[in-house]
Parts: sequence; C-alpha cells; structure tokens
Amino acid sequence: MASDASKFGHARWSEVAAMVGPALLLFAGFVLLPFLMSVAFSFTNIKLLQPEPLEWAGLDNYTRMFALKVIEAPSAASEVEQQIPSRQWRQLKRAQPASFEGYQYLARISIGDASFLIGARDPQFLRSVANTFLFALLVVPMQSALALAMALWVNRKFRGRVLLRTVFFSPVVTSMVVVAALWGLVLHTDVGLANQVLRSLFGAGTTQPDWLGDPHIAMLSIAIMSAWQGAGFQMLIFLSGLQSISMEQYEAADVMGANRWQKFIYITLPGLRNTLVFVLVSTTIMAFGLFTQVDVLTGGGPRDATSTIIFHAVRVGFREQDIAYGSAMTLVFFVFVLLLSLAQKKLTAKVGS
Amino acid sequence: MSASRTSAGSRQVAASVLHTALLVLAAIVFAYPLLFMFAAGFKPGDAIFTELGSPTALIPDARWSLDNYRAVFEKGSIGAYLLNSGLIALVGVVGGIFINSAVAFALAKLEWRGRGLVLSLVIAILIVPFEVLAIPLLLIVSKLPWFDVASGSLTTGWLDTLHVQIVPFLANAFCVFLFYQFFKDVPDELVEAGRMDGAGALTIYFRLVMPVCKPVIVTAAIILFLGMWNQYLWPVMTVHTSGARPVMVGLQQYFGRTTQWGEIMAYASLITLPVLLFFLLFQKHFIRSVVGAGIKG
Repeated sequence: MASDASKFGHARWSEVAAMVGPALLLFAGFVLLPFLMSVAFSFTNIKLLQPEPLEWAGLDNYTRMFALKVIEAPSAASEVEQQIPSRQWRQLKRAQPASFEGYQYLARISIGDASFLIGARDPQFLRSVANTFLFALLVVPMQSALALAMALWVNRKFRGRVLLRTVFFSPVVTSMVVVAALWGLVLHTDVGLANQVLRSLFGAGTTQPDWLGDPHIAMLSIAIMSAWQGAGFQMLIFLSGLQSISMEQYEAADVMGANRWQKFIYITLPGLRNTLVFVLVSTTIMAFGLFTQVDVLTGGGPRDATSTIIFHAVRVGFREQDIAYGSAMTLVFFVFVLLLSLAQKKLTAKVGS
Repeated sequence: MSASRTSAGSRQVAASVLHTALLVLAAIVFAYPLLFMFAAGFKPGDAIFTELGSPTALIPDARWSLDNYRAVFEKGSIGAYLLNSGLIALVGVVGGIFINSAVAFALAKLEWRGRGLVLSLVIAILIVPFEVLAIPLLLIVSKLPWFDVASGSLTTGWLDTLHVQIVPFLANAFCVFLFYQFFKDVPDELVEAGRMDGAGALTIYFRLVMPVCKPVIVTAAIILFLGMWNQYLWPVMTVHTSGARPVMVGLQQYFGRTTQWGEIMAYASLITLPVLLFFLLFQKHFIRSVVGAGIKG
C-alpha cells in the first residue's frame, strides 16, 4: 500500500504482518474474545452444561448480586429468636413464602430501638465483597508500610545490606502455593510456630488463637501472610523511588540543620509521592484479586469468613458451572480494578503537570 | 568535653547493637520459614513439630533421611510434574520472548497503518485481570483443534494438555510494553545502518537489534518464567489428569491428601529450589526486572 510510508522505505506489509501477526492473533483469541464473551455471558443464563434453553437474562445476574430485602424485625419474637436472627428470618419466610422467595438471611442491624433483618439473593457474594474490602483494608497499609520501612533500611549504607535485601525479597520469588503451605504450619493451632512462640513468651496458659479456624481473625492471618510474602516486591519499587530523589536536597537540609525525621517528612515522602500512589494502588488491585491463599489454606471458610469476590466467582462460575453469574461477578471486579487504575492516573498526573 | 565524647561513643555502640539485633530479627522473620522448609524436608514428621520453635529446626538432626523425598517421588510423582512445569516454562519463555519482542519492535521502530491502535490495545490489555477471562477462556480452549504431531491426527479440545498451559500466555502485554520501552531507546542509527546495507525489517530486528538487547531479554525471561512456573488457577481449571499436571497443582493436591508434613516440605523444597537458585544467580537482573515491572506496569 502506498499510504504506509515507512520510516525505512521498505518495511513491507509482509514483514510487519510477520512481526505483529502472531501476537495480535493470540491477543485476539485469548484476551479480546474471552473478554467480550464474558460481557455477553453476563446478560444470559448460560451454564457449562446447559440444562435449560439459552436465554437473555437482561440485568438479572447483576441484580442477583446486589438485591436486598429489608424488613423490620417483629418485636414480639421470643428471647431465643432475638439471639438467632437467621432463625427469625426463616420463620418469617415460612409464614410468607411468596414474598421471601429467593432471599436468604444476610444480617441484622439495629437503629435505635428498631431492629431490621436484611436478606439478600446472594448473601455469600455480599459477604465476599465485604471480606475483600476488609482484606484490602488490612493488607494494603500493612504491606506498604512494611515495604517502605524495608526500603529505607536497605537504602542505608551498612554491611549486610545486600544480604538483607535478598532475604526480604526471597518470599516474593516463592510461589504463593508454597508460601501458603508453609504458613499452614506456622499458623497451626496446637503445634504451629506462632502459638509456640506465644506459649514460650506468655506461658502455657495464654490464649492461643485458632489463626485460620476463628472467623474473626482468619482474614487477618491471611493478610499477615500476604504482607510477608509480597512486601519485598514493593520494597524494590520504593528503593528505585528513593534513588531518584537527588542527594542535593538532603545536603541542603543538612546545611540547614534538619534532623532525620524532618528530612523524611519534607524531602523523602514528597519525593516518593508518585511511587507511593503506585504502590498503594497496585497493592489494592492485588488485594482485590485475593484467591490462591484462600483456596489453599481455608477454602473460603470458616463460615465464609475468608471467601472473596474472585473465590466466590470461581466457586460459582467454575465449580458450580454457572458461567453467566460468574462472568457478571468478574466484570464487577474488573470495574473495581479499572476505577483504581484511573484513580492512580489522576493522582500521579497532578504532580507531573 | 571528653565525657560528652564518651557518651556519644556509647550511644553509637548502643545504636549499632540495636541495629544488629534488628537485623537478626528481620532475618529470622523473613528467612526462617524457607530455611525451615528445606531442613524439615529431611526430617520425620514428629521431629518437625517438636523442634518447630527451637534452633535445631534448621539443622538436620541425627534422624535425617531422604525418606520424604523418596515418598514424594514415588507417591507424588513429582518427577513427572517437574518435567511438565519445566517444559511449559521453557517453551513459554522462549516463545514469549520472540513473539512479544517482534511486535514491540514493529511498534517502536517501524511505521505502519494501525500502529497507534495496536499500541493502545496492548496498554488496554495490561489492566485486564486474568480472572475476568478465565471462564470464557476455558470454553474456548475446550473447543480448539490441535494437530498431534506424534500420532499425526487432528484432535479437538485442549484440556489436559501441556499446550493449554502455554499458548494462551505466549502473548504478554506487559512483556510487549517492556520491549517497546527498551527498543524506543535503541538509536535509530543502528536501524538506519542496517537499512543502508539493504537489510529488511526482519533482518534488522533479528540480527542487529536483538543482540544489543540482552538485559531486557533476561528481564522478560524472568517475568515469563515466574508466571509460567507459578501458574495455579488456570491449570486447576484445565488439567484434571496427572499426565499434564504442573508442580503447583501437584503440591496443592498433595497438601490436601496427606498429613505428613515432612513430605509436604520436601515437595515444597523441590519446586522452590529451582526458582530460588535462579534468583540468587541472576539477582541483579531479577531486581532490575521487578523494579522495571513495578514502575511501568
């Protein structure tokens, strides 16, 4: 074609096609096509083994995720029912099966004297969303702060810093499946290392948490493990950020008699702004994708306490073969990731301008 | 005067003692689990737990043996899985380097219609998480044809094969981007010189540009290798028979099947050691590649 004016006169179409073709074909078949399929599936009722005729389902898969039913809890209920709201819910459902159709008990909230029962069409999904946010809230500050501390430390001149950097980074190259298996041993209730350390520090009578079996702390345990595994990666990113801050700024601060803390607040942190935004956003995106640790260590339990968006999507879309609903969930996840990426662009662009 | 100097000196000593203590603590927290894993692989199960919190956990004791390793080879068929993962990683890395660098070269150094569009496509693909694609991708690969060279016949469906774990990941948007960034900094004179000699774009790419790109090739190789070796979700979905099973799925299954912690640790050691050795040997490249990955990803 005449219009492809090549910089080098004779970059022929055949040559460009030979170079671009394979990658483009692979991207089209294994990224674009599945992505479009995922979007299309999410508006249908498709199953892996289709028992019912294929139909458009409109937004049903999306409303199924978020549909709630809120009713005021009847106050006349007995003491036992007050304590077990899910039983109260079931009794109400038995009385009026039609209006409760498709809804399961999710939670109870009290506002003043009134208390409300909340049901959802997929309480497991909403719990998984809450768990995912909880995990992100726990792991992002923990992992980022740990990584920053590691980077500041390794960035100083002392003997053994290269070795220390290697040690900090070694969990990153270890597969998450292996890390999860190892931490299974650390967190074991009776014989695990964590509780052995607690016992030797505080005596045999001390409380020994059931790290992975107690629904209140299982997610915290997974967050600690994930921070331990991943912090070395963010440490390297912080290190490269630290090295881009000019030494002159520190020297000028020395002349003015600034102490170490002042230098950190007024030079290091502003200098790391973009790096910090990148680390926070990328760690949050990774946190939202939490799957492997859960799959290996807890299987989503105990009582759904560690089920996450992706874990639930894989359970529904793959193990229960409800492709349509699973696709809708992963797309909701994609929207989260997209928004975070856009937020990062916006936050880092401000400094550049 | 001298008194204050002494106190400054002793403060320095205290600081250095504190620093050393912190160093040791950090080393223990971060290195202990891995060192423990390697040691525990040589011990009988009961010894692992009784010694867990003591320093002897890291030293092979009198009862150390290769029993656990024997068990994982015999019961866990880890030999075959290591071979599978090795093949997947090898083909994935070599193929991935060629496919991604070629498209990156065309994007960075050639002018053709549609270039801007392809570049935006690559950048858009960067933020699509694999989890979004996994289920439809499963449907696609289950229907794709494959020509089996060994038997000379055409088969349908890629499930339970090695290539299902390789082909979908050959084109890697991040790798394209990495090469693209590097090629843009390659001086145009090098390309022009090739053109003067009458070389085509393919020759210039292969003979002139690739040889000066060793650092980025190592970087891409490391990223591709880690991705291939550590695959988990995808083989869980697509490989259900032992013939094509990779090491990570093998470990997960072993983990769910046995309570012999010594064997689990031996298994974990065997699949971690290759990556860890690779890391220690190429540490400089490793760290550079991850830093590059972080900033540009």
